[in-house]
Amino acid sequence: MSALLQVINLKTYFYTDAGVIKAVDGISYDLKEGETLGLVGESGCGKSVSALSILRLIPNPPGRIIGGEVVYEGRDLLRMTEDEVRAIRGNRIAMIFQEPMTSLNPVLTIGFQIGETLELHRQLNKEEAREEVIRLLQKVGIPDSERRLDDYPHQFSGGMRQRVMIAMALSCNPKLLIADEPTTAVDVTIQAQLLEIIKELTSRLETAVILITHNLGVVARYVNRMAVMYAGRIVESGPAVQVYGHPRHPYTIGLLASVPRLDQPRKKRLIPIDGQPPNLIHLPAGCYFFPRCSYRLNRCSYESPELIPIDSEHLVACFGNMGD
Amino acid sequence: MPNDVLIETTDLTMYFPVTKGIIRQRKVAEVKAVDGVSFFVRRGETLGLVGESGCGKTTLGRCLTQLIRPTSGEVYFEGVDLCQLREDELRSVRQGMQFIFQDPFDSLDPRMTAGEIVAEPLLVHTQIRGKELREKVADLLHVVGLDPLMASRYPHEFSGGQRQRLGIARALSIRPKFVICDEPISALDVSIQAQIINLLEDLQAEFDLTYLFIAHDLSVVRHISHRVAVMYLGKIIEIANRDDLYRSAKHPYTVALLSAVPIPDPLVEAERMRILLRGEPPSPIALPPGCNFHPRCPIAIETCREIVPELRQIENDHWVACHLA
Repeated sequence: MSALLQVINLKTYFYTDAGVIKAVDGISYDLKEGETLGLVGESGCGKSVSALSILRLIPNPPGRIIGGEVVYEGRDLLRMTEDEVRAIRGNRIAMIFQEPMTSLNPVLTIGFQIGETLELHRQLNKEEAREEVIRLLQKVGIPDSERRLDDYPHQFSGGMRQRVMIAMALSCNPKLLIADEPTTAVDVTIQAQLLEIIKELTSRLETAVILITHNLGVVARYVNRMAVMYAGRIVESGPAVQVYGHPRHPYTIGLLASVPRLDQPRKKRLIPIDGQPPNLIHLPAGCYFFPRCSYRLNRCSYESPELIPIDSEHLVACFGNMGD
Repeated sequence: MPNDVLIETTDLTMYFPVTKGIIRQRKVAEVKAVDGVSFFVRRGETLGLVGESGCGKTTLGRCLTQLIRPTSGEVYFEGVDLCQLREDELRSVRQGMQFIFQDPFDSLDPRMTAGEIVAEPLLVHTQIRGKELREKVADLLHVVGLDPLMASRYPHEFSGGQRQRLGIARALSIRPKFVICDEPISALDVSIQAQIINLLEDLQAEFDLTYLFIAHDLSVVRHISHRVAVMYLGKIIEIANRDDLYRSAKHPYTVALLSAVPIPDPLVEAERMRILLRGEPPSPIALPPGCNFHPRCPIAIETCREIVPELRQIENDHWVACHLA
């Protein structure tokens, strides 16, 4: 089966007074239909910028997608006209963000906002759209949906607003859903509810999902494959079971070792990753993780490792290629 | 009060009035942020306080230090009821109690250097000045893992994790006995969180500190705490030794909370049973009758809708507020 989405050597830089921020510095990955890919990393690693780049939502200035291809169903999104992208955005590829309050228009009712998407992309008339919105709100578990569609965003709680976002995103049966930290702003019990809804609805519609998060637990629960990002690059990728079970990149190893786990006996001491997060304007020559790496070799200081397969689906960008 | 208890509260409440009207304000409702909380913390231990947003844990922390004055109840710190003290009397008590805040950006004055920030409590509470002050500041920076040469830099020149270390240095400067850590690591990257947790543990051992560790991350709380209290809508619904709470939680909310925490291991996750709660917490202005949790509780019975469950001891050092525990 050919890939639904192919990201090839994507590069997005931000040009600021302080210097050039290489937010995404050459990443490549594939996504099959119906698959869930987790894009994991800490703040500044480029995961959100890479997702925004797919949908050409990078503010220009100061950002610019300076290279690469994003091939969706055989066509490069980066080379389409703005009109062509708009026909796909919200329709074939949908996105939900961390802060629903900034994605929803505060002066329009929920019914109007979701209905707008339906009228635009699915050519429904006002009555059909209203019926469909009620149905969608029910599907995402918003009680009393007939009444609530005339409410405004501020009348919903954070968790409910996020459900509205999910409803809006899935209203046109997209083939791909990009979820950028969808549950970071909500409590853990609401997070569990939201992720279950996303999982249930997307598997029913056979929607592929790119789930962006810094939470290693969320990734373990909800994705088939994952890619770990650091300083704008993918340092390790593969099936989640492989990456968690046999992490090979020192950053992945460090990250997994530093997080306390509820299911294991309490460790005497956590094992942190030394040093500070990278400065994206002044990145080191060679491997970006070098300053914090406890396995480093001489070579790592002046050469940059490529992302190469160590077995059929598991890729790592590391000269030392550590782990068991 | 047994003499190994450092701080204790009885029936602490904090009700915020909700008013209507512009010219003449009348109270129309109350937000019962803290609704009758009693607990204690022993010397040298870490009590973890968990709960989701709106449960009142941050308000409770502020009530303990009298940053906000509670509506009713008592807070005994080393035998003295802080709620009875005037502002000027509190000042000397505050030396023994310090706060570490969540936001390493907001909690530091951007116009003060790192050295000035750490020195400020010493200037307020002690007579230490000049060379001795500078040496103390350098020592404190060193203790929290910062280079003393950075004393002349401003907060914006530090990373998030470094700023948090600065906040910790400031809190420790006057040798408090009790430190309230209010979400000290939630704003930090995962790889830095472990550094700060280790630092807090080391400092506890070195300076014989007692912590109230307020957080929503249950995995971290389990690591650092000796005992854990769970809050829901202004009340403590369960409190126990760490291992007892995590291995045999009794309150349905605690059980659901633990079930909701994802574990970073796909194989383990695939096998786990998940308890999904219905709906969302109600508004603290309109609390349901009986047990606060009953509308969302998977095992609620008639009694739960009518009678508020008391926090009672069911095992050694394990207390639960549930009719069915």
